[in-house]
Amino acid sequence: MLLMVSSSDTGHEPPEEDTSSSKSDTSSGTDSGHDTSGDSGQSGTDSGHDTSGDSGQSGTDSGHDTSGDSGQHGTDSGHDSGDGGHGGEPITTLPIVSWKWHHVSTPYLVALWILVSWLCKLIIEANHHVTSVIPESALLICFGFILGGMIWGADKVQTFTLTPTVFFFYLLPQVILDAGYSMPNKLFFSNMGAILVYAVIGTCWNAASLGLSLWGCHMGGAMGDLDIGLLQYLLFGSLIAAVDPVAVIAVFEQVHVNEVLFIMVFGESLLNDGVTVVLFNVFDAFVSLGGAKINAVEIIKGIISFFVVAFGGSLLGFVFGLLISLLTRCTKNIQIIEPGFVFVLGYLAYLTAEMLSLSAILSIVFCGMCCQKYINSNMDESSVTTVRYVMKVLANGSETIIFVFLGISAIDKTIWVWNTGFILLTLFFIFVYRFIGVFFLTWILNKFRLVPVEFIDQVIMSYGGLRGAVAYGLATMLDGNKIKEKNLMVCTTLIVVYFTVILQGITMKPLVTWLKVKRAAASELTLIEKVQNKVFDHMLVAIEDISGQIGHNYMRDKWNHFEEKWMSRILMKPSARKNRDYVFKVFHKLNLKDAMSYVAEGERRGSLEFVRNETAFVDFKKKFGDEFTEVMPDIMADTSEDHSGMSTMRGDPVPSVSLEMHEQNMNGVRETEDVNSHHLLQQHLYKGRKQHRHRYSRSHFDVNKDENEVQEIFQRTMRSRLESFKSAKMGVAPPKHITKHTKKDQLQKMPNGKSLDKSRSYHSGDEDFEFSEGDSASGFEASGGSFPMRVTYRAGAGIENPAFMPDLDPLAQVQIPPWLAEAELDSSMVAPSQRAQVRLPWTPSNLRRLAPLRISTHSTDSFMLADAPGAQQRDNERLPPPPPPPPPPHRDDDHM
Amino acid sequence: MGSNSSSMNNIPNAEQLVQETGFSAAHILRLYERFQFLDKDDTGQLRPEDFGAVRELAMNPIGDRIISAFFSPGQETLDFASFVRVLAHFRPADSNRTRDGAQPEPANSSMRKLKFAFQLYDQDRDGKISRAELLQVLRAMLGMQVTEEQLQSIAERAIQEADFDQDDAISFDEFRKSLEKVNIDHKMSIRFLS
Repeated sequence: MLLMVSSSDTGHEPPEEDTSSSKSDTSSGTDSGHDTSGDSGQSGTDSGHDTSGDSGQSGTDSGHDTSGDSGQHGTDSGHDSGDGGHGGEPITTLPIVSWKWHHVSTPYLVALWILVSWLCKLIIEANHHVTSVIPESALLICFGFILGGMIWGADKVQTFTLTPTVFFFYLLPQVILDAGYSMPNKLFFSNMGAILVYAVIGTCWNAASLGLSLWGCHMGGAMGDLDIGLLQYLLFGSLIAAVDPVAVIAVFEQVHVNEVLFIMVFGESLLNDGVTVVLFNVFDAFVSLGGAKINAVEIIKGIISFFVVAFGGSLLGFVFGLLISLLTRCTKNIQIIEPGFVFVLGYLAYLTAEMLSLSAILSIVFCGMCCQKYINSNMDESSVTTVRYVMKVLANGSETIIFVFLGISAIDKTIWVWNTGFILLTLFFIFVYRFIGVFFLTWILNKFRLVPVEFIDQVIMSYGGLRGAVAYGLATMLDGNKIKEKNLMVCTTLIVVYFTVILQGITMKPLVTWLKVKRAAASELTLIEKVQNKVFDHMLVAIEDISGQIGHNYMRDKWNHFEEKWMSRILMKPSARKNRDYVFKVFHKLNLKDAMSYVAEGERRGSLEFVRNETAFVDFKKKFGDEFTEVMPDIMADTSEDHSGMSTMRGDPVPSVSLEMHEQNMNGVRETEDVNSHHLLQQHLYKGRKQHRHRYSRSHFDVNKDENEVQEIFQRTMRSRLESFKSAKMGVAPPKHITKHTKKDQLQKMPNGKSLDKSRSYHSGDEDFEFSEGDSASGFEASGGSFPMRVTYRAGAGIENPAFMPDLDPLAQVQIPPWLAEAELDSSMVAPSQRAQVRLPWTPSNLRRLAPLRISTHSTDSFMLADAPGAQQRDNERLPPPPPPPPPPHRDDDHM
Repeated sequence: MGSNSSSMNNIPNAEQLVQETGFSAAHILRLYERFQFLDKDDTGQLRPEDFGAVRELAMNPIGDRIISAFFSPGQETLDFASFVRVLAHFRPADSNRTRDGAQPEPANSSMRKLKFAFQLYDQDRDGKISRAELLQVLRAMLGMQVTEEQLQSIAERAIQEADFDQDDAISFDEFRKSLEKVNIDHKMSIRFLS
């Protein structure tokens, strides 16, 4: 025995460990070594393990894992000896490295299985031809079959199955939380009535009809000899009646049916859990009680318990949702773990409901639905993104695991009890009664619905009645002692699941196409549409008011008012309450999108330079082209050439100060120019005060950010502006004033001078160039002290480039950094061609729309700079006497 | 119901209204009760002030626009027939009822519905929603929550989206096109109880 142990150990482990473990083997007769080898000996040859590393691994340690997960199929010897292995046996010498598989086996296996499942998904998704035909969930189940086969081949026993504990506690909650969190609330509540009818009455109908029909067939002798009573049939019917949220999400996600249809199936699948749980519990209790003891009182109790379980669960979820919302009001200082609260409290909502034997799924659904609005506006934007993504990662991840394990669970000889009659009849009845139920209920509902559910939609709804892991989980929870045919029920459930998920899943897409079901329009977000929707809402409310009806719109309006008045006030941060209007959010989103595509376009072209240049060129041509072409035709030619060169990956050197920081493809002159401009920027941008702080911080992302900084920047800007205003008013010569500035703070000088240049060239086509040249030059001359800046200025003025004659002011705007240009545009309200704006996301005028949006205090320094001139301009607009700081001679021109 | 002991006989031109608007007799009856309720001084004519009796309407940001939509331009009063005709815009589209071509387009066609919505904006009835007009609506709806500047840029952008001929205003055609994806029948219908 010992000999065998050591030999198999050497085969298994790296030599290093071999020495130590064999040492301990020989020394004490040892359990730790014995254990692994014992298992592997049991599970057969090593080659069997090596077929797939993962399943082989898990095969080895099956005993341990199952004991952690389910305790159902423990191979006892391994487990026991593993425990013994931890109890310190006397060691003779210090082991340098030791093999501690049992120390880590459970978490290790869990992690490994997660990895394997996700890898399955990776493999599946790698091939789009397959996934476009067969839904992912079906493929995952098939992968599960294969993996299960491997384990079976290695172990001769199915050691990994989906156990109810794992499924209901660790896999299901996040899927449901995600469903609730991303639920389209308005759509859901406007179809609430129908959803409830399907979820409650439909599910009861399914359960009852299936149970009774099976019982009837049993009585008729269709299934041979089975030990199943009426109550047990009903119990079986109730566990398999519910449409499964996980399966429905997985399949319907890929077929984009219209939103009403989707919300009906989806909402039903979520809400019917309350019914299922109650039915299951009630019938389970009835089965335990036995037929004789069931009387009217028990039945009434069952009905009451339905309401308690369903509404109690929903209420609990609601309370937890409010809790999350309240909590996120005050998590500003712990932003990093802020998203965690959502998950923890959501999970607690689930567990609490489970503890109180309320409907856990309903609880977590409502928790997610109720908190989504408030947390999204309370939390920082990055936290919201985090929540959204983590939610998706968890949900998608566990969905994958669920399907894989559904497949694995099938490869288990012990559960397979075949009864053709029972299984086929179940399939048939499920299918038929689903259709009957849906059609009948829809027929009733359509009498009350404003927009009737169409016939085709009804077909899809019936066909989309997929059963899934919830049913399987419930089936395995059945008590084998009370229900003799538990295995038959489990395997029937599995077959139903496979049938619905795989067959119906695969045929769903062709069916949808064939029936020409209305698809969800891949609509683009448009502002006018959102505005109009809001108008529609208000209009309908008004019409209902006028015609004296208390209808759907009336109720919604009342709720909105209540929500506005109380819930938002309590649950939202005061700061978040601003700007929370839906239309505004859409507007904000659109702007963000524009900005992104703007930047993306810049990066595609190789630099963001075009931003500024295009600004300059476009506007230059539009504004001044006519006047200038005759004066200096060569310059016009030059600029246009440069402009065209821009698109070809900066073929010609672009005549301007480059703002980009990566100088890889720059030639000599431009390189220095660039370095200079870099210097310039560095000098003029605000420098964070807190740069001495550590780079790494666990509690903050942006280490060197402080709120005081914003304040300080503001103060500095204001001070300098005041200075310049004063000096301009008193007629102080610009050089002096600028020098003063430089001494005090170099930050503002350049932007000020530039922006003014710019504004001048912008708004008055007939300005005096000599003056402007003089002023900017003098300004920079005066700033003299710092060498790089002067050089930069010269370079910027384009001495090297023929296009930039030093005495041409309008071209000086080319130097103007884009943010200034943009701020300029914003204040001036110049509206360039609007079609052009729509078509080209990178045209400067798009940015103009962004300008008033910068309400965040978290904007970076450069944005502060960008805001500064804009704000100034706006101030100026309000103040009748225009105070343009540096150049007194130009005050008449600068009418901004 | 029946508190006013009204019946179809009391309603002027009831038959014709049923024909014209597609409301059932029961609808008409119910609306007539409502009309009488609003018509405090029993003149058979509603004045804009009468709508003030509906408390919720005062809270509606575009309530006054809706009220004024009931009155054809220049008129100060509204009789029951016109009242019903306006409300008929909001009747759900009927799928089975076929009309002969001779009859004019029913008020609940999506075109007429849209027209109604369009006129809520177009206060000066020049067939175009100017930027100022859009801004007014926006201000009424979300004036509390966003700054004037933001409102302006929202209006700006909204106009841009719909404005195909670049006249800085939205004509009815442009309006219709921009809402092509919206299911007008769903959005502008309410269930009239009978």
